[in-house]
Amino acid sequence: MRVSKELYQQMQEQTAPKTKSYYTIPVAFLVGGLICTLGELLLHFYRFLGSDKTAAAAFTSITLVGLSALLTGLGWYEKLAKHAGAGTLVPITGFANAVSCCAVESKSEGWILGVGAKIFTIAGPVIVYGTAASFVYGIIYYLFTLGQ
Amino acid sequence: MLQDCLIAFLVGGLICAVGQVLIDYTKLTPARILTSYVVAGVLLSAVGIYPKLLDWAGGGASVPLTGFGNLLAQGVRDAVEEKGFLGVFTGGLTSAAGGLTAALVFGLLAAVCFHPKDK
Amino acid sequence: MANSIGQGIFQFTKPISIIGAAAITGEKEGEGPMSAYFDRICKDSYFGQTTWEQAEGALQQETVSLALEKAGLQPEQIDGILAGDLVNQCTSSSYGLRGLNLPFLGIYGACSTMSEGLLLASILTDSGAGSHFVAATSSHFSTAERQFRFPLSYGAQRTPTAQWTCTASGAAVLSAMPQAGAPRVTGGCIGFIRDLGVTDANHMGAAMAPAAADTYARWFQATGTKPNDYDAIVTGDLGIIGSELFCDLLMKQGYDAVNVHQDCGAKMFDPETQDTHAGGSGCGCAGSLLCGYFLKQLQHGTMRRILFAATGALLSPMLVQQGESIPSISHLVELQADM
Repeated sequence: MRVSKELYQQMQEQTAPKTKSYYTIPVAFLVGGLICTLGELLLHFYRFLGSDKTAAAAFTSITLVGLSALLTGLGWYEKLAKHAGAGTLVPITGFANAVSCCAVESKSEGWILGVGAKIFTIAGPVIVYGTAASFVYGIIYYLFTLGQ
Repeated sequence: MLQDCLIAFLVGGLICAVGQVLIDYTKLTPARILTSYVVAGVLLSAVGIYPKLLDWAGGGASVPLTGFGNLLAQGVRDAVEEKGFLGVFTGGLTSAAGGLTAALVFGLLAAVCFHPKDK
Repeated sequence: MANSIGQGIFQFTKPISIIGAAAITGEKEGEGPMSAYFDRICKDSYFGQTTWEQAEGALQQETVSLALEKAGLQPEQIDGILAGDLVNQCTSSSYGLRGLNLPFLGIYGACSTMSEGLLLASILTDSGAGSHFVAATSSHFSTAERQFRFPLSYGAQRTPTAQWTCTASGAAVLSAMPQAGAPRVTGGCIGFIRDLGVTDANHMGAAMAPAAADTYARWFQATGTKPNDYDAIVTGDLGIIGSELFCDLLMKQGYDAVNVHQDCGAKMFDPETQDTHAGGSGCGCAGSLLCGYFLKQLQHGTMRRILFAATGALLSPMLVQQGESIPSISHLVELQADM
């Protein structure tokens, strides 16, 4: 081979297709913004029903998660996400999509080692590192409160 | 309320647009982006920025996964104040329990009701 | 007997006839520009089964049965079948073909399986070990997606360089008895494993192009031929971007293949209307286009002499996660019309 890895890297850069950011970023903004607006409306709705702030926020998350699981099962979430990218990935609905798509997909391997074990294949790291980060913060916060 | 919605739209949209920039211009996989967002949420909450953003932007700050991180941090804060050292362990997941349980139960329900579809 | 004309390169003194071939695809492939050439297009992506893995097995079994039928042979007359696919441990082939009662050799060459199978089957046929051998392969969008990427309903955007795994299968029956009008295998070149440091599993075309260019350059050098001596220089599933890199790489070695090069991955779909980004991929992409399109061209005389080199990325999700770059391979067979 006369072509070195470095030269090949250059050749790849020349042929690489440009990412259509002029399309992807506005769509992500729009769809992500709309999902958040829906969240805001739900917050108002649950507050209107008499929930306190924390409860309204929790019910909002639960509603969005349920909605996302339904759309995932119908195969619609993926169709929207193809265009929306981070707009459907970053909201909590994206987290729910990651959980439910693994659940639906691994059904063929059974309920225990299929669905049960693989449900966190994609979403697992979010919980693991989110919890770990909150733990580290908790330690620091605890030491801080001791000092007061 | 219209103003609340507009702020939620703009802030939420902006947080998502940042995610799209990461997808387009870095090699980060979706799972890495989600994980970074949650950890970033914890950090921003720890330094006191995120709770302020949440008050202002409502759904725009609580719906993105950074809001989930903020929830974990908020939970730890409250629990440490209430229970002391034990709160370090119980705070995070307690506050996130609603969303997590919903994701698990609805995920299972989806598996019961739906069959994997081709694209 | 075959004559060795270089390291891993040989030509048959007595050509091997391909007396029957079949190509079956899924619905999306059947909506693409090549749809007219497939024997069957199945609208049910489960192929009557309940899981994706079973579906791919059923697809391959149906394709092999059809190829035998077109060759006019019963399973008892087959001395061996060489088959492989992408699913872990080659299970679409072994589970799919277990009902056919054939002497079975499982092979793995990732998406290069069609040319690997054809190469080995022609050597076996030539050796006198038997009179009829079959080469077969298959791939399925959903099994590949599950194994190498994400669950089907996960909302992840595909990158612009990503390729679409074809739901398709191809099978070819080789015979030691020459048959008039049947395309012939006249030579072959076993590929080297090549790796130019591509680590992006969503850019397979770039990972595989060096292997294909290397195999072609070796063949041209050993035989003293050049690309324009052939009606087509076929590669497996480099896709649109990989094809460009392949032609660049060959050009750097002094061979201009731009006018005669055809890539199965680039031919399979219409990227404008089918949203397949860089093109098709998978064992069945090259398999179904060889068996459905190129062999027919040789049979009808619209092409007389072609080179077919399917390309395979020899990766596993585990090694990609460990940060390794992607080794690739490409085996070549020379095919000629019976004149």
